[in-house]
Amino acid sequence: MLDVGRHPNIDLLAYSEIEKVEGEAGNFKITVRRKARYVEEDKCTGCGACKEKCPTIVPDAFNEGLGERKAIYSWFAQGIPSTHTIDSNYCRQLQGKKCGVCAKTCQAGAINFEQKDRIVELTVGAIIVAAGYDVFDPVKIPEYRYKKIPNVVTAIEFERLLSASGPTAGHLDRPSDRAIEAEIEALEKKAAKSQKLVAKFEEQFNQSSADFYAKFQKGEYKDDEERNKWAEKYKEHLTIVEPLEVMKKKAEGFTAAKRLAFIQCVGSRDFRFYPFCSGYCCMHSIKEAIIAHEHGPDTTSTIFGMDIRAIGKGFEEYKIRGGNHSNISYVRGRVAEIQDGPENNPIVVYEDTKERMVKSQEFDMVILATACAPTKGIYELADKLGIELDAYDFIKTSPLSPVDTSKPGIFVCGCAGAPMDVPESVAQASSAAERAAEVAFEGDVRKEKAVA
Amino acid sequence: MPNKEDNIRIGVFVCHCGSNIAGYLNMEELGAYVETLPHVAFAKRNLYTCSEGGINEIKKAIKEQNLNRVVVASCTPRTHEPLFRSSCAEAGLNPYLFEMVNIRDQCSWVHMQQKDDGTAKAKDLIRMGVAKAALLEPQVPIISEVAQRALVIGAGIAGMTSTLALANRGYEVVLVERGERLGGMLNQLNKLGPTMADASAFADEKVKAITAHPKITVFTKARVTEAQGFIGKYKVDIETESGVKKIDIGVIIVATGGRLLVPEGLYNYDGKKVITQLEAETLLKQGLDKGVNNVVMIQCAGGRTKERPYCSRICCQTAVKNAMLIKEQNPQARVSILYRDMQMYGVENEEMFRDSKAKGIRYIKYEPEDPPQVSDGKVSVYHSLLGRKIDLAADLVVLSTPIVSQDGAEATSQLLRVPIDDNGFFLEGHVKLRPLDFATDGVFLAGSARFPANIREAVAQGLGAASRASIPLSKGSVVVEPIISILANEDACRGCGLCVALCPYGALEIKKTDKGRKVHIIDVACKGCGVCASTCYQHALSVNSFTDDQINAQINAFLE
Repeated sequence: MLDVGRHPNIDLLAYSEIEKVEGEAGNFKITVRRKARYVEEDKCTGCGACKEKCPTIVPDAFNEGLGERKAIYSWFAQGIPSTHTIDSNYCRQLQGKKCGVCAKTCQAGAINFEQKDRIVELTVGAIIVAAGYDVFDPVKIPEYRYKKIPNVVTAIEFERLLSASGPTAGHLDRPSDRAIEAEIEALEKKAAKSQKLVAKFEEQFNQSSADFYAKFQKGEYKDDEERNKWAEKYKEHLTIVEPLEVMKKKAEGFTAAKRLAFIQCVGSRDFRFYPFCSGYCCMHSIKEAIIAHEHGPDTTSTIFGMDIRAIGKGFEEYKIRGGNHSNISYVRGRVAEIQDGPENNPIVVYEDTKERMVKSQEFDMVILATACAPTKGIYELADKLGIELDAYDFIKTSPLSPVDTSKPGIFVCGCAGAPMDVPESVAQASSAAERAAEVAFEGDVRKEKAVA
Repeated sequence: MPNKEDNIRIGVFVCHCGSNIAGYLNMEELGAYVETLPHVAFAKRNLYTCSEGGINEIKKAIKEQNLNRVVVASCTPRTHEPLFRSSCAEAGLNPYLFEMVNIRDQCSWVHMQQKDDGTAKAKDLIRMGVAKAALLEPQVPIISEVAQRALVIGAGIAGMTSTLALANRGYEVVLVERGERLGGMLNQLNKLGPTMADASAFADEKVKAITAHPKITVFTKARVTEAQGFIGKYKVDIETESGVKKIDIGVIIVATGGRLLVPEGLYNYDGKKVITQLEAETLLKQGLDKGVNNVVMIQCAGGRTKERPYCSRICCQTAVKNAMLIKEQNPQARVSILYRDMQMYGVENEEMFRDSKAKGIRYIKYEPEDPPQVSDGKVSVYHSLLGRKIDLAADLVVLSTPIVSQDGAEATSQLLRVPIDDNGFFLEGHVKLRPLDFATDGVFLAGSARFPANIREAVAQGLGAASRASIPLSKGSVVVEPIISILANEDACRGCGLCVALCPYGALEIKKTDKGRKVHIIDVACKGCGVCASTCYQHALSVNSFTDDQINAQINAFLE
């Protein structure tokens, strides 16, 4: 990313979309919409002072909604370019309210609430589509109860939980526990407020609220208007404090997730959704299980899959190492259902095909290895570019010319063409660059010939 | 140790980075402290040293204050060192008289909750940076021409693809193949999955294009026997039938492929009734015998074992393809594939896998602890899902053996000074991020020489390696950061060669000189990693900008 940001031959148009493409190989005219950031790119230094002062809190999409960000934000800390962006859906100023805190904070004078989308025209010789993929939404599989059972998460959510820069700073706190902790925090704030109110009365009457309330309930002070108010406030206070105490007691027992289940082929190799194999998910489950074990040496992981496709360089060795050193067991079987168990522990119901038995097992957390889904908007993009998609909406290529699309001069690399892992994507990126360079070279030769 | 120069004037710029640094460190204290350090002639705090204003202040100070060293204490050199260096250069100061101290990542970010400790650490780091800066010496980047010619070793599909790609970009390419003809393993294949394109037609098409191309020189029955030099300037000897050719080469692509394991002693392999998938390809090309009605394929034959722990990636798809072709030739045939995991990754493979089931191919999972037994006309196997042993009639048994490293891979590795891994495949620069490069500049990698690859992957990698190789070719020269090894004390060098053996980039060699055997550094190949300097027990080697004196000065400053 850094290299892209710094390279003198790269013009990086981030936060932009293709509007229109005309022409042919060697001479494409492209219309690009540069979406308004409300921040001047040439002035913003990426210092982030604005987002510290911004009063509007928004769910953080980069952390899969598991954390929070501000209405002015950068996608993530080390993102390139470091230019910040105002989310117009949330920004108070852009929603017509009074604010402008960021503009006052920004010492570079980069905030511009008047900024509009800009249209840029480009002329290029070749086009490379590297639009990536989306994570399959497992809500579509009702028997896995994703979003219903809090401790069932997707692999990418789990990735964020494992990340030192993620919402839990890398601690494997279970979502259900985090929800209760958030509730405790909110209730504590409320309790502190109501405690203040109650304390006023205690001072006024020089009596503890508990003593007073016991007597009050026996029928004393019925006619005292002030003490009636006190009783009312104290009763309210108790409705906050009592559940808070219960929750706090419960939270004392919270520990990091130790028993993990990874479920393979969630949405992949599944006729209801995507019949293909997503290729990389076996390996990311093994990786996540190994990292989780590094965080907590008593962590155990079970990976449920049909085949464990450890097909890359060093992958099979990695798989075996995970089994020998990171407490991973590999169970062959398709998971039929995930049930809600005691203490928010999901229960995995599956068929162990080796033992030919239907079994169930309780876990602290379940991680879904979700399918590689064609990215949203790929239809529109393919339409604008005039290139064909395959039966699943990946960009169509042929095995003998793996990065050529159906239109000369337009190439594809990475998961926009088909699911693949990092090394293959990197290799393909070079392949697409090669094909694009060949187009440019042919163009030069034509020009030379025309001149001669 | 005092510097050779008498008048060291260091300017130190301490960056607030908005509130990124200033929010967590005591900047006033830091600013005042910097002024007390030895040789510091000028100190300044900036809101953003990297902003236009900050840069102008550096330039102004260099001129007005006669600064001859600059230190910036701010963020990471990964993002900002090039900017600050070029600013020094613009003001007339050699850019290597610049030193950067990272007080953001290493102080304010990691010690957000400990302002005093974070500030104290920032003082330590700046003191160390200033101590080193005082001893910095000017350096000049090294520029070396790149011969406008590529060498591709191996004329399989990956090598042929690389060759054509580079030639189509206008570069001269020398293609060396040790076999009699171009095409590699492609020549032995029948159909190419999943589209069932004809392998020889595809090979012919590539061979024709290569033979006709004016930019390509082909040597068959030839070997590279010598490759001296470094990126841009290789002197290569190619042994051909008509003698040794000596050619100047700029970049090299290794596409020597792999070899299918011949399963001697496994599953009663005899090459007739028990054959490999490659032999099955030949059989299918000729047309299957009428009597072949029961075929059993055994996956992981000699693969995923203690001896060869890796999964060879492409054998499952080959088996499924050939099983379908058998069914096509003889629809009555019963074809069973005995497997451990069916590695039909991706879109096309899984699709072919599904089709094959619809066509009646049977899949039987076996356990490696209880492998199939092959006897005359029969295969017995413990069916893992049924939980019992079953017998399968077998007129033909096809063993899916792994691709193993190519014969002579080790010799090629020594010749080009590039590494191979535990399984004998060539080891790329970075398994994830640089799959087609070697750590050594100027040498690239594609196809099954790296790891078993199917046609789609080999073509993609062939194109990719060509792209990587074309970068130094198109630039015409390589510019190397002068932060490289130097033979600082020639007299101390005993020519022992320890450094030569340890250098990961093949950047060192022993040369005979008037003073005896001495190490010689190939500037262009050196990455300045410092392995040689840190292992040289004679302290003969050093690294520019990281000399012993400079590092000692830093350590002493830290201990003050």
